[in-house]
Amino acid sequence: MAREGDMQALDPIIGELALQLGDEELFLGHRDSEWLGLAPEVEEDVAFASMAQDEVRHAAFWYELAEAAGFGQADALAFDRAATERRHAALCARPNGDWAHTVLRHYVYDAWDAVRLASLAESGDALWAQGARRMLREEHYHHLHMEKWVVDLGRAGGEAAARLRAAFEALLPDLPDLAAFAVDPQALFDLGILSRPVAELRRAFVARMAPTLTKAGLPVQDVEDTLAAHPREGPRPVAHHEDAAALLATMNGVRSLGAAVW
Amino acid sequence: MTIRSLSEEAVWQALARVPDPELPVVSVIDLGMVKSVSVDHRGARVELIPTFLGCPALGWIADKVRAALAEQGFEAEVAFALGVIWDPSRITPDGIDKLRQMGVAVPAKSDAAPVACPYCGARDTDVESLFGPTPCRAVYYCRACRQPFEAMKP
Repeated sequence: MAREGDMQALDPIIGELALQLGDEELFLGHRDSEWLGLAPEVEEDVAFASMAQDEVRHAAFWYELAEAAGFGQADALAFDRAATERRHAALCARPNGDWAHTVLRHYVYDAWDAVRLASLAESGDALWAQGARRMLREEHYHHLHMEKWVVDLGRAGGEAAARLRAAFEALLPDLPDLAAFAVDPQALFDLGILSRPVAELRRAFVARMAPTLTKAGLPVQDVEDTLAAHPREGPRPVAHHEDAAALLATMNGVRSLGAAVW
Repeated sequence: MTIRSLSEEAVWQALARVPDPELPVVSVIDLGMVKSVSVDHRGARVELIPTFLGCPALGWIADKVRAALAEQGFEAEVAFALGVIWDPSRITPDGIDKLRQMGVAVPAKSDAAPVACPYCGARDTDVESLFGPTPCRAVYYCRACRQPFEAMKP
């Protein structure tokens, strides 16, 4: 896709960030797509297919930026990099759990993504800012949708609330690495790519989720404590690659046959 | 109002014949997807605004724009502009009418009232699902005529 706007002088760290964002959107988008035909309602089949389409296209945008930064061809960045080379937050590649886990995982990811995109939308780089603003409009619908599900499951009580609580416990340890960066966030801030330091983004992340988690009966304090225990002021640790390896094997299963035209 | 040269006029006329593949009653002009047209001795350049980044029809639309302009003797360059964010307020009044006739409502950006049902006009409507058959459409329900309908995402 040809674009307007121009890239400022590129620091390799900016390309690394583009790879991180691409990997996260691609992996979560792929997990979304795995619900096709299996979601509990036909509307959710459509919703998850639609969100998958959005996330994968957002991934393509970030990989194209990485390509512009000299990291190689976008399709190769998306499909050919080994699991050990990926820069995603572990949460994005986790296998799909039950519906409560799926909903809550997407909700926390969308909440963090919205905070991150809002900061990128104020970036000094026109192309990054324009892309982020476009994505914010699209992510808005994901967030509204997931927020409603989280509150509905929590308020339903019984098995729904119990499963939501179990999902919360399972996802909690992944939150510090989600609300972090694969590269040094201070360097991103100094370069003007991020408009706010990571600690501020994390505060905005908690503030954004607090009313929804409270309505759903989930303890916001646990999120704050977990994030505080792992500040991640530098680059976060690399995610274990087993989940990504399995995901890539499935995603590339047809492509690796070699006969397909892309 | 800008004065278009004769050849620019021809480009706009050609664009008016490029339909949206999912909603063929409307053209890319009706949808407000055309940001700019310019013509010089090398050919025409058309800037389109994508409705949604993930819209799978974008490549198809760019091909159709190039083909429609080739018929008029223009070699066209098609680019997607990211600086402008598409929303339903870009749809022309003509486009709104055509969409309503095929059962797709267009919510007004400034309008706090629920979207009017395209079949009976009642505003006793509700969002059924934010996700419809394409990225730019949502599914609504009209309690007055008990009819589900689609609307462009607000």
